[in-house]
Amino acid sequence: MDLFDTLLIPVLASTLRLSVPLIFTALAGLYAERSGVFDIGLEGKMLFGAFAAATAAAYTGSAWAGLGAAILTSVLISLLHGFASITQRGNQIISGVAINFIASGLTVLLGNAWFGQGGRTPQLPNTARFTEITLPFVDQIRPIPVIGPIYASVISGHNLLVYLALLAVPFTWWVLFRTRFGLRLRAVGENPGAVDTAGVSVAWLRYRALICGGILGGFAGTYLSIAQSAAFIREMSAGKGYIALAALVFAKWKPVNVLGACLLFGLLDAVSIQMQGKRLPVIGEVPVQFIQALPYVLTVILLAGFIGKAIPPKAGGVPYVKER
Amino acid sequence: MSAPFGQLPRWVDYGLLPFINLVVAFLVSGLVVLFIGASPLEAINYMVTGALGSGEGLGFTLYYATSFIFTGLSVAVAFHCGLFNIGGEGQVYVGGLGVALVALALDRIMPWYVTAPLAAAAGFAFGAAWALVPAWLQAKRGSHIVITTIMFNFIAASLMVYLLVNVMKQPGSMSPQTRLFESGALLPRLGFLFSPLGLDLGTAPLNVSFFLALASGFLVWVLVWRTRFGYEIRTIGANPTAAAYAGIRYGRTVVITMLISGGLAGLMALNVLLGDHGKLQIEFPSGAGFVGIAVALMGRSHPVGIVLAAILFGILYQGGAELAFWVPNITREMIVLIQGLVILFAGALEYMFRPALVRLFAPRGAAVLRPA
Repeated sequence: MDLFDTLLIPVLASTLRLSVPLIFTALAGLYAERSGVFDIGLEGKMLFGAFAAATAAAYTGSAWAGLGAAILTSVLISLLHGFASITQRGNQIISGVAINFIASGLTVLLGNAWFGQGGRTPQLPNTARFTEITLPFVDQIRPIPVIGPIYASVISGHNLLVYLALLAVPFTWWVLFRTRFGLRLRAVGENPGAVDTAGVSVAWLRYRALICGGILGGFAGTYLSIAQSAAFIREMSAGKGYIALAALVFAKWKPVNVLGACLLFGLLDAVSIQMQGKRLPVIGEVPVQFIQALPYVLTVILLAGFIGKAIPPKAGGVPYVKER
Repeated sequence: MSAPFGQLPRWVDYGLLPFINLVVAFLVSGLVVLFIGASPLEAINYMVTGALGSGEGLGFTLYYATSFIFTGLSVAVAFHCGLFNIGGEGQVYVGGLGVALVALALDRIMPWYVTAPLAAAAGFAFGAAWALVPAWLQAKRGSHIVITTIMFNFIAASLMVYLLVNVMKQPGSMSPQTRLFESGALLPRLGFLFSPLGLDLGTAPLNVSFFLALASGFLVWVLVWRTRFGYEIRTIGANPTAAAYAGIRYGRTVVITMLISGGLAGLMALNVLLGDHGKLQIEFPSGAGFVGIAVALMGRSHPVGIVLAAILFGILYQGGAELAFWVPNITREMIVLIQGLVILFAGALEYMFRPALVRLFAPRGAAVLRPA
């Protein structure tokens, strides 16, 4: 029971916290890629979002203003990606790479110019952040064995964005698989010609998919800078956009699987933090780097076709040219 | 990469268009400089003087350029085959392992001219090996090489941190790095070539691998445009289906092309480890693998263009460091931003100004083809 309280509960709670940016970002990628636009620029979107959220929250003192600014910025970046890859029919991967570079350069440059702290934004007070929420009945449920601690320490006590991330998964599933927009979005990722023939604008659909992704990217950035921490720090996305990309592939481009993949990768992250310098029975000390590399290794193994087959949307990466 | 439409004179396609894209990228960078309250003209002045104004500056510029030639060629070779090798960073990193292993084994018993070729071969082999799995997955399993090479960048980072922290670290040292290489593994610097010109390279680490970079450029040109295999590479890049009809083996060509690409990236480690650092340390590639993408795009995947683009990026890196030192509001990230804008305008938006140029320059009487 002791191990349950001191190890399992904290690991599960931190799994959830570490998964949230991955869930938002992987869902952002899901909208884009399901519509046939590759989005390597997820990392940059998250970084821009984090910077915008922290900056707006620092100036206004409002977390909601931060969220709004993050969403706006991230959507603008998505539109830039759309302009390059949909309107100009440029290479989608190159455009994404460019966005990542611009994000890691511009955020530090602007942050340094505005706040003079080497790219950091000022430390935010709790009133300008999304802080932990305690769910109702925690005190009543806590004494119950097993369920009690799980409810009190794993499910309760997170900030609002954590719960929004969990809600975003079924919502995305509903949008993609139960609405007309979602049907068309998936169709345009598989066979844009057919959608065009049906009289629906391929470009506008893909733009809308990218805007959805931009909104989610804003949430991811907000979570990083003003919910999980209290300031923007240079390069704070630290490769999470790429892990989210891996999770998206690992989830075979399906919303519910995305949740599973992100929780798995979050768990690996949480475990690697817990394992630092500890020894396991039988195996001995597992190198932290091994656990950190595991999400990428698993994704490669999946891509090799050893755990099922990941089939990307058929029209992914191909700019649509209307027949003349 | 997608073929352009509409007839344009070659000098417009290969000279004017990239030039316009570059100018736009720099104009936007200038606007950012203006926006954060500094003077763009002053910034350019600091950069150019810092990069070219002294022997030492020039030496650093060419030292950076050497690295970027290798990674630029790496990206370009893969481009010709229609492959986007985004894994240069990881291939450089693992290539560094090969270079360091040879250096650590031979530096006390061999002179540099024995160690360096073997180290180069090991760097090439290790870099190529790191590209093998993504190449094989692309060729045989159809998994997208962009995704797999990204994954391999992160796997390389974890692997190298593990090796440097747990295996290769010098006993008693706190920082994760190998022992310093001794003189048998250090490349001669090129100061003696510049002193007759009255230029003092000072501490600049420009070394003989600069010539290896130029030679690699020549060999890539021969390979891509003067050999049967190069023809196969370009055919697959232009049209994989037609290549299959012509009897070109897709899998074999993709794998060999990626091995060459990874190997060229691995060679970059020679310049940095044996030419400058004198040890293998954590995160030594520091983004040069990604700079290769910008260099290849700007150089239009041609070795001559790549050498010129690499020198330009060398100027950016060296000049950018000077700029960040002298202007308080500007940090080193200015270089990253400029790089991103160059990739955006010279890469993703590469044909944005083309329709306008077609209207200006299309030969009279020739039908102006629209994208079909």
